[in-house]
Amino acid sequence: MAEGFEPKIVAFSCYYCAYAAADVAGSMRLEYPAAVRVVELPCSGKIDPVLLLRAFEEGADGVYVAGCLEGDCHFQRGNLRAKKRVARVKALLDEIGLGGDRLEMFNLSGSMGPRFAEIAREMTERVRRLGPSPIRERLSARGEAAGTNPGREGDLP
Amino acid sequence: MIVAERKPMEAVASLVAPYERILVVGCGECVTVCMAGGEKEVEVMASALRLMRGKEGRPVTVETETVQRQCEPEYLVPLDKKAEAAEVILSMGCGVGVQFLAERFAQRWVVPALDTKFAGGVREAGVWEERCGLCGDCVLHLTGGICPVIRCSKSLLNGPCGGSHGGNCEIKRETRCAWQLIYDRLKGLGRLELLTPVLPPKDWSTARDGGPRQVVREDARL
Ligand code: SF4
Ligand code: SF4
Repeated sequence: MAEGFEPKIVAFSCYYCAYAAADVAGSMRLEYPAAVRVVELPCSGKIDPVLLLRAFEEGADGVYVAGCLEGDCHFQRGNLRAKKRVARVKALLDEIGLGGDRLEMFNLSGSMGPRFAEIAREMTERVRRLGPSPIRERLSARGEAAGTNPGREGDLP
Repeated sequence: MIVAERKPMEAVASLVAPYERILVVGCGECVTVCMAGGEKEVEVMASALRLMRGKEGRPVTVETETVQRQCEPEYLVPLDKKAEAAEVILSMGCGVGVQFLAERFAQRWVVPALDTKFAGGVREAGVWEERCGLCGDCVLHLTGGICPVIRCSKSLLNGPCGGSHGGNCEIKRETRCAWQLIYDRLKGLGRLELLTPVLPPKDWSTARDGGPRQVVREDARL
């Protein structure tokens, strides 16, 4: 599977910066890897550890959270909360053997379209080096599409 | 509140390793507040277990449920169906919760996901600190509301040991000496005379040795 490996990456992006920066990147006609799926958050501080883990459960090879530059959060400290949660989940991923490197936190402003594209490339390169997530490999070995992990029950809290 | 902390994931995983159907049960009281075993932590645990087992190629079904209180049998009744379907119950309550689950579900293997630490409170956001040793014979009225049993590293009842340094404890240098705190507070309140009588050795028969203690309220019994 590592041959011709096309990573799947989920980018949880704050509406006020990264999500806007993705728009800027688009209007500048900047290319960034198709591996990255952007999920909009009202603030990076909305990110919850379980959301990050669920992304991995559904077959993501890498996940990142993109929030505003430190000191510039629309809600004062949402990005600092996100940073701490990401650090905690990175430690948990190390603990469970998936590897904290598959998760990262980035900061940028809404006008930084080129930086948005650069982050997407950076993370895609990193995940390519790490190889496919063992979870995704298992899902496809069982002939299941990502997103149909049958062991998972119930809604998010 | 009772303060607890999750065991390392490796330890938790080994407790449930032989099983394929796991029920993770959270508790809505103390362990929710100390962020160890509430609804959120239960979902994180369930997800982490699925990831660990998925990685090993031994997928597992994890059901989750967070009850209001694990330490009261009537709150465990709604778990009956899920418990029946599970091979193992992983409690994310304190040690009390684990035992109440084990009692109710006599036919199920019940294991703890947390290490239960102490009776304490929130010192600041994200920091919990021990405050009471549950001795069964409180002396806080003699010590200005500062517990010598648990906050003095040697549980001294009659003033500081010789190791009190600049207000800090010799056993844990970063911790304030309980007896310095007691002295300062009583002095500030003009109650230093409370320190004059020598307290007799504490009667530990009210404390934890000698089997489980009970509190019985006849008026509350059915
Ligand atoms: S004196 Fe005993 S009951 Fe009172 S706070 Fe200390 S340990 Fe708890
Ligand atoms: S230094 Fe103070 S708190 Fe520490 S053991 Fe001695 S009396 Fe107790």
